Formats: sequence, structure tokens, C-alpha cells
Amino acid sequence: MRGPNEPVLEVKNLCSYIPTSRGVIKPVNNISFSIGAGEIVALVGESGSGKSVTALSIMGLNSPSIKYEKDSVISFKGENLLKMKKRQMKKIRGNEISMIFQDPMSSLNPLHPIGKQIAEPIQLHQGVSYQKAKEIVVNLLAKVGIPDPENRLNDYPHQLSGGMRQRIMIAMALACNPSLLIADEPTTALDVTIQAQILNVMRDLQKDTGISILIITHDLGVVAEMADRVLVMYCGEIVEEGDVYSLFKNPQHPYTKGLLASVPKLRGASEKLLHTIPGAVPNPLELPKGCNFSGRCSYATEKCLTEAPNLVETGKDRRAACWHIVDLQTEEVTVHA
Amino acid sequence: MFFKFLLRRLMYVIPMLIVTTLIVFSLILIIPGDPALALLGDNATEEKLALLRSQLGLDQPVLIQYWNWLTNAVQGDLGRSLFTGEIVSDAVFSRLGITFQLVVASIVFSFIFGMIFAIGSVIKPNSWMDYISRFMGTIGTAIPNFWLAMLLIVVFSVNLGWLPATGFTSISDNLGGFFQSIILPAICLGAFGAAQITRQLRSSLLEVLESDYIRTAYSKGLLLWPVIWKHALRNSLLPVITTTGLLFGNMLGATVVIETVFAIPGMGQLAVNSILQRDFPMLQGVVLVMVILVLIINFVTDVLYSVLDPRIEIK
Repeated sequence: MRGPNEPVLEVKNLCSYIPTSRGVIKPVNNISFSIGAGEIVALVGESGSGKSVTALSIMGLNSPSIKYEKDSVISFKGENLLKMKKRQMKKIRGNEISMIFQDPMSSLNPLHPIGKQIAEPIQLHQGVSYQKAKEIVVNLLAKVGIPDPENRLNDYPHQLSGGMRQRIMIAMALACNPSLLIADEPTTALDVTIQAQILNVMRDLQKDTGISILIITHDLGVVAEMADRVLVMYCGEIVEEGDVYSLFKNPQHPYTKGLLASVPKLRGASEKLLHTIPGAVPNPLELPKGCNFSGRCSYATEKCLTEAPNLVETGKDRRAACWHIVDLQTEEVTVHA
Repeated sequence: MFFKFLLRRLMYVIPMLIVTTLIVFSLILIIPGDPALALLGDNATEEKLALLRSQLGLDQPVLIQYWNWLTNAVQGDLGRSLFTGEIVSDAVFSRLGITFQLVVASIVFSFIFGMIFAIGSVIKPNSWMDYISRFMGTIGTAIPNFWLAMLLIVVFSVNLGWLPATGFTSISDNLGGFFQSIILPAICLGAFGAAQITRQLRSSLLEVLESDYIRTAYSKGLLLWPVIWKHALRNSLLPVITTTGLLFGNMLGATVVIETVFAIPGMGQLAVNSILQRDFPMLQGVVLVMVILVLIINFVTDVLYSVLDPRIEIK
């Protein structure tokens, strides 16, 4: 039995690799984190940082060309998902862990009415007929804020707006009362006003159901709005972790610092150009020998170029992978042993 | 709505019919050979030939001949055979059923095998099933149907004696006999179609299986087969419908060869005989009915699209 504080999901040493003709690419390189019951965890990083691969690894939906190292563990309610057979995994997907995707336009089947699509996981996992599932579907639609749900069942995705479609996706994901919801950039494809609505729907549902959420995003606004805890990914590794308040207030990794400084501010910023992180993400086939961020980092020293830092505890619930933990309050650089 | 759509489609059909029949009419006159000579034989005198020509209206200008044919055709009178005196519309319609059964059987054959090969190919890329499917897709396109017909007759009729080499039994007369007589012709007529459908459906399935809503279907907990069956196949069939519509016309044309090889008394054979005998009214009747059939199939294809894809509306 799981205790009250035991995590719903625990990822340990997750390491995935793609063998190519030019070398091995590691989209996710040895990451560990956990998600507690009822917790909202944000996974932040730019494109190619390994966020989506991490999410799809949990669902077991990565392309077969992506392989996992032997000691990688994704433990859900005590069972290693990476070792599960297809038939067992089928019972978890959509039932205990479900997922919503970036583009609600293309994520819904254009040829099936939405009622049938939402009912599908219910019929599949609870073995009931569509007629029986329909009642649940109507309730779900009402919960995600679709007006007049009874008459929407036979609508097709193309008849609905982007925001409505993402609500449908959320309803579908929550159909079987899962304990973990993975939201992969759920608001990226939507208008700003609609983004706020969708985040509200997700937050309200989280409060009602106590579901754990892993939200994947590159939008720090979404993180601030939603998350309890933040994981920052860079080049397939977690470079910093912390609760949302202290991480935003006091980012310890230079990359997190750069990300936060790149967010446009309304007040007092008009005279200054928007901050950008110099350089570009390194080629995954030619990662630097030391810290992956060393080439773009203003604090980098000789050590950073030759030795990769580990993710270490830096405070209460804080972890960072840097040889120079930066304290922004004092601009004092502490060399971490 | 549907009625309006139907009416508008009819408006397209009429000029199409006039143009195609006019072309066929002109082509007939270009073919060397004189129906009067064909009817009376080589020993006929010039006067007798001239008399017959004027009786048949063959001495009039082409456009007048066409006009006369057209005004009668509109009233349902396609004339009589120059050769046997048979009423053209009766002769054509009595053979229409046979050809229709043959073409439908060939379409069914194409579809079943196209689906089996295409699905077999995509479930495991680069497996032996995938290689076989791709090989069949190429060979079915490349093999000439008359050659395949002769090959199959030699193997299955002459050597093994399993199936009849010639003749036709209608589905309404004897079901077993129908299947026996239709298998070889349907394979020959459908091989090209099966190859086309395999290739088209394979590429369209591969594309659909990469799409986001397939990932959603997997994320609900569905496994490969239900995903293909419920979510991928219907979406992938949309482009295949167009191909099938075109195949139908293609096969109708190919019946000319296949019905001759297998001695099936259908429209294709009637067309060949009419050409050989310079039986113009009969040939014109056959072509007219074939054109109408193709137009009907095009229409059905368009309607099917809107049935399969809710995003397409009939307007």
C-alpha cells in the first residue's frame, strides 16, 4: 500500500538513446524525479530538451527507435512501466495515466463525433456500452465547461473552436478518473485568452479530483500559473528543480536565470532590449565534454568545460546541476564542491 | 439540398454525353470499312450498295447522321443493329448485367486483396509481408491483363482443370456456377486494381498512422488492431475512393479484352463484335451505356465522400 506522501510516479535514472549512423543521441539522459499525489509538476525547457520524450516514455508511446538503458525505471504505483507487457500497459493508458496534447485540432479524429471519442476509453476500460457511457460523457462535458452538452455529443471536431476542442481532449483524458494526467504543451496552440480558460479548467478539475498533473511547457507564464514544483530540462538533463516560488525568486542554475530573464516584462523594460541567452543549443551528436550549458554560460570556468556537474541538493527541496550555484540576490558566486 | 446537388450534377452530365457520343460517332466513320459492304458481301453491285446506304442513312453528312441518332436516342430509341436487326437498347441491356457482375466482382477482388496487402504491409514495416505487398503492388501494375488471363487459363483450366476457361453463369441462375466462372476473369480484371489499391492504401495508411489522433487513440489504451480498424482505416480510405472510382471506368474498358479471352457474352465482347462488323448503331449504344455508367460511378464516388467524411458537405 502506498502511504499518503508516497509519490504517484517515480522516474529513476531514465536514460533513452537513439542509435543513428552518425552516433548515439540521448534525448533523455539520466533523469530522476517524482510526482506526489495531487501535485502539479511542470517540466520546462526549450524544443529538443527532452520534455516530450520524457512524457511519451511514461505513456510508453515513444517511437520504437527510441531505446531505454537497462537501469531506467518509471515506477507507477510501484510497478515499472518500462518493463510492462503491451497488454498490461493497455490497462494503464487512458485509465490510470492519460495525456492531452499540444494541438487539439489534429489530436481528435476528424471522422468520429466527439461523444463517441470521449466514450471510447470508458467503453474500453469499463466494458460498458456507448449508451451507458453517454451519461458519463455528458457529465464530463459539463465539467469542462461545454454548454448544452447533450446536444454536442454528435458534433464533429471541425465544428468546434480550438478552445472547445482542448476541453474535449481534457474530458477524454479524465474519462476514467486517472491518477496522473500528462499535459504536453496544452495551451501552446491556443489564443492567449483561451489559454487562461483552459488552465482554469485544468486547475479546477485538479482541485475537484485531486489528480496529479505533469505539465510540459516552454511557457514560464503557464508554470507560474499552474505548478507547485518545477523541473528545468536542458539537453536531455534536469538542470534545476525546486518549488515554484523559490525557483522563480531565486533561480540557481544560470540557464534558469537566463530563461526567467528572457520573459518580457511590462514595467520598466521599455528601454532595455529583451534578454536572450547567447549561443545555441549544442548538437546532440556533439555534446560538450563538461557541462552542456558551458558554451553559453557567463559563469563558466575551466572546470565547467571538462567536468559535468551532477544534480545535487542545494537547499530545502531544491536541486541544481552547476559548479557555481548562483545567488541572484547577492550576485555572489558560491563554488559548489 | 441533395436534390439540388443531383440536378447540378446532371447539368454537367449532359454536355459530357454529347461530346463523348460525338467523338465516338466521328471515330466510327474514320475506321476504314463500309457497313453496306459488310452486309451485302464483296459481290454486291454498286447500285445495291448505294441503295442500302441510303436506306441506312449512311449517305447523309456526318452531322445530320449524328443529329438523327441523337434525337432518336433522347427518346430512348438507339436504333437497330445493322447486322442482326436486333433492337440496340435490348441487346445492350441484356449484356449490361453480365458486365456489371464481372466488374463488381473485380472491384471486390481488388478491394479485398488491396486491403490485405496494404494493412499487412504497414503493421510491420520491412517485414516479409511488407516486401510481398510491395512486390505485388509492382507486379499487379506491370502485368498485362490478357497475358495474365492466358497464364491462368493454362494453369487452372487446362492443366489443373479446376475452373472453366470460358463462358459465364449469372449470379441469379446458379451461385456456385457464378463463382466458378467469375474467379479467373475477376482476378485478371482486378489484378491492376488490387495493385493500385495496395499502393494507395499503403501510403495513405502510413501517413495516417503518423498523425496526432492516432497517438491519441493509443493514449486511450487501444492496441494496434483496434487503432487501425477504428481510427486509421476509414481516414485512409478517403483517397482510395477516388482511385476506385477511376478503376471502375478502367475496368469497364478492359472488359473488351477480358470478355473476349474468356468468351463472356458481355458488353465488351459486344463492342468488339460491333467494331468488326461495322455495326455502328450497336457500337454507339454500347459506348453510350458505358459512358453513362462511368458518370454514375463518379457521382456515387462524390456522394460516398460526404458519407465517409463529415467535413465534406454536399452543396
